[in-house]
Amino acid sequence: MKIFTHIGQYLLLMGKVFSRPERLRIFLKQVFKEIEIIGMNSLGIVAIVSVFMGAVLTLQVGINFVHPLIPNYLIGLTVRDTMILEFASTIICLILAGKAGSNIASEIGTMRITDQIDALEIMGVNSATHLILPKVIAALLFFPILTLISIILGVAGGIGVSLLTDVVTFYDYVDGLRLFFHPYYILYTMVKMLIYAFIITTVSSYHGYFTNGGALEVGKSSTKAVVYSIIAILVMDLVITQLMLT
Amino acid sequence: MIRIENIVKTFSGVKILHEVSAEFYAGKTNLIIGQSGSGKTVLLKCIVGLHHPDQGNVFYGDRNYSQANFNVKKEIRKEIGMVFQGSALFTSETIQDNVMFPLNMFGKQTKKEKQIRVDQCLERVGIDGTNLFFPGELSGGMQKRAAIARAIVLNPKYLFCDEPNSGLDPITSLKIDELISDITKEYNITSIINTHDMNSLMQIGENILFLNDGVKAWEGTNKEMFNSDSEVFNSFVFASEIAKILKQKQ
Repeated sequence: MKIFTHIGQYLLLMGKVFSRPERLRIFLKQVFKEIEIIGMNSLGIVAIVSVFMGAVLTLQVGINFVHPLIPNYLIGLTVRDTMILEFASTIICLILAGKAGSNIASEIGTMRITDQIDALEIMGVNSATHLILPKVIAALLFFPILTLISIILGVAGGIGVSLLTDVVTFYDYVDGLRLFFHPYYILYTMVKMLIYAFIITTVSSYHGYFTNGGALEVGKSSTKAVVYSIIAILVMDLVITQLMLT
Repeated sequence: MIRIENIVKTFSGVKILHEVSAEFYAGKTNLIIGQSGSGKTVLLKCIVGLHHPDQGNVFYGDRNYSQANFNVKKEIRKEIGMVFQGSALFTSETIQDNVMFPLNMFGKQTKKEKQIRVDQCLERVGIDGTNLFFPGELSGGMQKRAAIARAIVLNPKYLFCDEPNSGLDPITSLKIDELISDITKEYNITSIINTHDMNSLMQIGENILFLNDGVKAWEGTNKEMFNSDSEVFNSFVFASEIAKILKQKQ
């Protein structure tokens, strides 16, 4: 039964979040600030993980595709499609749920327990719109960019392996990258990323916003935010894939 | 003036406030006192609208805040300034940005006019020159002053302070009390202060409401309190030996 209470509370909060901001200029300033905190500050981790995963994926596929009937260019194709279909959106968002999600929950949770949210409400400011909406907009704007960067760097990681090892030649790898490309896959991964961006920011904000108690509870909220965001992402991954790819 | 009528508030089946009624006057420092857990903060939050009372009404002048629609409530809230127990300053913003925040949100002044107003407020509370400091870089007393500056920047009609002296030394506490009292008179504000600080009570308690287990147990001024015949009130206010001697001397 508790789950229905949470869903109801979450929906009510969303109703409060999506209302007109008090001052557009201040709102835009907040959005840019959040783009820096949620998006730009995640660039490093996304870049590192993508390059290494692309490289490892190339090595693993190369090692396993050792059959005279399997052409080597399939290595490049497999890495490209894996990066586009699953890695650059779902896996990157699982990482972002840990990084950005916990950051959001702890920031809002701390504001709750130190009465900063009450202070906003007393001033007549809609605290939900003021605090949460800029984060949602920032993530919706910047997470797709992170996806593109992740795809490019993952593929580049594979190129690195093709140049440094003899698992696959550079020419075979690039041949594979250029074969049977479906632009629809990009749309699919972008749709996933937008939905994940919404999940990460709103679920984390929800857990932060309803924090009760002290510093310990802020930590608990932060953990819950990450766990529930990850579960929601995995469920939505299944649903979107069923809807868009089958 | 603020008037509350028969306020009842219950949490998880436990009644915290039992039909509390009172009046708080403009230009006077109104104090809500009581032991920890007596319902002071809950009452204050019911008055400012952070809690919705289960029963009863809160009137700001003639306007019934409890029954008001969203827009009326929003207008009333713009007339309210509040100082929280822990200051509740935005920790990631400078003191200047904290004080300027209400002006940016609701003010129509130019940037220069806002800056002048912020400087005026910081000077009024005695922390001019701290504009570019972050709250964490200031002492507890200075943070309280900054919170007061933020609360008065929009010239509120109503000022609420939740335990403004908690965590402060006696001298700083007295200074904060005097500051709130002076501001109340200077701008003819209706101020309500939640406290269990006995010095505040004697120093600035012009209208005192004593809560005992969520029930209004006594009401009066700091001069009348020495003649009180309420047992629970006397045992709370004159609990220490010094206070008992003071009462005898009166």
